[in-house]
Amino acid sequence: MSVTGIIFSNIHDNNLPELTRLRTMASVPYGCRYRFIDFALSNMVNSGVTSIGIITQANYQSLSDHIGTGKDWDLASRAGGIKLIPPNMTAFAQDNRRAHVTTRLESLKSATVYIASRNEELVVLSDCDVICNVDLGDMIDFHQKTGADITVAVKKTTLTPETAMKNVIVKSDDEGRMNDMLIYPRDVSGECSISLNIMVLRRDRLLEIIADASAHGYTSFNTDILLNQKNLYKIMTYEYDGYFACVSSLSEYFTCSMELLDPAVRHALLEVKNRPVYTKVRNSPPTRYTEGSFVKNSLLADGCVISGHVENSIIFRGVTVSAGAVVKNSIVMQSSFIGKNCSLNCAILDKNVVIKDDRILSGHQTIPFYVPKNSIV
Amino acid sequence: MLQKKECVAMLLAGGQGSRLYNLTEKNAKPAVPFGGKYRIIDFTLSNCVNSGIDTVGVLTQYQPYVLNEYIGSGQPWDLDRTYGGVKILPPYQRANGAYWYKGTANAIYQNLGFIERYDPDYVLILSGDHIYKMNYYEMLKHHKEKGADCTIAVIDVPLSEASRFGIMNTREDNSIYEFEEKPAHPKSTKASMGIYIFGTDVLKKYLEEDDNDPNSSNDFGKNVIPKMLADGVKMYAYPFKGYWKDVGTVQSLWEANMDLIGDQPALDLRTREFRIYSRNSTRPPHFAGEKAKIVNSLVTEGCEVYGTVINSVLFGGVKVAAGATVRDSVIFEETEVAEGSVIDYSILDCRINVGKNCVIGAPAAEGGKITLLGADMKIPDGTKIESGTMTSKLTKEVK
Repeated sequence: MSVTGIIFSNIHDNNLPELTRLRTMASVPYGCRYRFIDFALSNMVNSGVTSIGIITQANYQSLSDHIGTGKDWDLASRAGGIKLIPPNMTAFAQDNRRAHVTTRLESLKSATVYIASRNEELVVLSDCDVICNVDLGDMIDFHQKTGADITVAVKKTTLTPETAMKNVIVKSDDEGRMNDMLIYPRDVSGECSISLNIMVLRRDRLLEIIADASAHGYTSFNTDILLNQKNLYKIMTYEYDGYFACVSSLSEYFTCSMELLDPAVRHALLEVKNRPVYTKVRNSPPTRYTEGSFVKNSLLADGCVISGHVENSIIFRGVTVSAGAVVKNSIVMQSSFIGKNCSLNCAILDKNVVIKDDRILSGHQTIPFYVPKNSIV
Repeated sequence: MLQKKECVAMLLAGGQGSRLYNLTEKNAKPAVPFGGKYRIIDFTLSNCVNSGIDTVGVLTQYQPYVLNEYIGSGQPWDLDRTYGGVKILPPYQRANGAYWYKGTANAIYQNLGFIERYDPDYVLILSGDHIYKMNYYEMLKHHKEKGADCTIAVIDVPLSEASRFGIMNTREDNSIYEFEEKPAHPKSTKASMGIYIFGTDVLKKYLEEDDNDPNSSNDFGKNVIPKMLADGVKMYAYPFKGYWKDVGTVQSLWEANMDLIGDQPALDLRTREFRIYSRNSTRPPHFAGEKAKIVNSLVTEGCEVYGTVINSVLFGGVKVAAGATVRDSVIFEETEVAEGSVIDYSILDCRINVGKNCVIGAPAAEGGKITLLGADMKIPDGTKIESGTMTSKLTKEVK
């Protein structure tokens, strides 16, 4: 079966305004050495999808740096590979152009040329912030066996009213056919099936949907297509029962990151047999621990020098923790430097942050202390 | 259309490396793992790229599979070039017969055709068993400035060790007047690093002469260099300052790994300029558990440490269980050490499974000798392996 992939890189940017100020949601760093989009890309690559279009809207320099030629995902290929699809704005549309297209359906309209130029039979659409390790091959088999028009991946989870407001709840009948959808509902909690925002459908059907949406002025894939046309299309739900991190706020980013310290979570996300998670290769040397180092219950990438104390933390590539520094319950992103005798607790340091000697920073896990990229404290 | 290259590098990677025992049983020496995520050849390949040399012939004839797969297209070193790049050069059959590489000089002689394809002015000859960072472009500049026909890189070694090396005796302007292979009474401390730059024409002339000499053992150090000196060819030494280590023995391989650790390591790999590239794996970050103790060590992606790791180098995917101790040791990829086991002053090859409560090796401070275990061994619970053992099979005596 030939399948092409589409990833939405700017979807849900507003969920993490701190981390997406200088980058797309797709390029938000996660889990010591990954970016959000690595999960969507790896899911596709591991299921034999070899052509992937990434629809970008704004702020995508960091994303284009990360993707490069696509080599690191084995996607530097002539026949397909990775294409960044930049926003579609003509030079004549200066006055009424919309600088920021926010929905999936509007993004897809701007990518029509790319989608039409492919020759694969099926398309898999994925958000960039799907932190899971899903076997899309199995989902595609399911899609074909059930004769669905559209298949939506869902995951059973327990919601609080706050998380429900950031999610799409999918209801289905006994056969798994979708019969209702609650989009960012208020006052819902308890066990629900939420949409993973991964869909499979025929490529020609997708083009029809886009054309029809343009004609009718539809803007939302969930509301205008899935929900309002649920009787026109056979929409099936494919249940995924693996690990899924739903990151819709900075505090959730913090909690989900910390879940990686649990071996079972790491195993379900990063160590699934034959489904590794690929990321950009940075050629860092191994991490060097020096004489006075102390490390406990932490996850660390390569290229670090650890001379201080690291506990319950997530340390990205190339970080320096100087002697006497204590880093607890924190996330320290790439190339940040922590000076001597500093103390960090519940902090998130973005990339290239410098914490000078003897500084004390502390947040709380409900509201972690965030230090923006390139800051000097 | 073929374009000209100024300088082509030829990397001698065919040696068996028998002094590394079972590490080179199924693996050519340049492909032996080093420093947590590298292989020995990464250093010479990275040096080439960092020196602006983008055409490298790698001469192989001993156990090439691992090396071939590792080099692949050359992409990790940016050596997947449209024209040039890294090429594996095994011996091949020709109209008048088929010959193995008889010696270092003969290996290059058999591949003069490869060199000619790029019409270089200079040929750089390298060996694939040294750990160092060196800008060959500086050496080439020196070669050109001196108007030399041959330049040999040399490094100062302690006088006491000089008799283990090929020693260059030079005049004040670095021109070489004498070469002594492992002299009993060395006159200088300038040891050859096995790195040569030749003018292409001079090299061709002497390799052809060497091939016609039935008494020659076709070796650069033994035959070609002495012959050139005798003929009065303009030969210069290029003094290199910096870290350089021959990792031809188990002991020196261990020492070189230890040179990467410490507060100020003798060889610092964490520099932005002059990076060493390698083929990276897709392993997750490494994890240090609740009771982990990691001191003065290198740890890389995919490792899980629940026990104690002191003065050691762990490669990708190594697991050290709670209550296990790894001290003064180098542990290659995917090896697992179960709880209660103690490993001292050892090199453990890939995918070894060390059972519970084993004792492997003994600390050097207590008179222990270096211990080496070969790949894929299964070591039953409670096994004691004497220090100094070098094996890839468990025998009753060892048990």
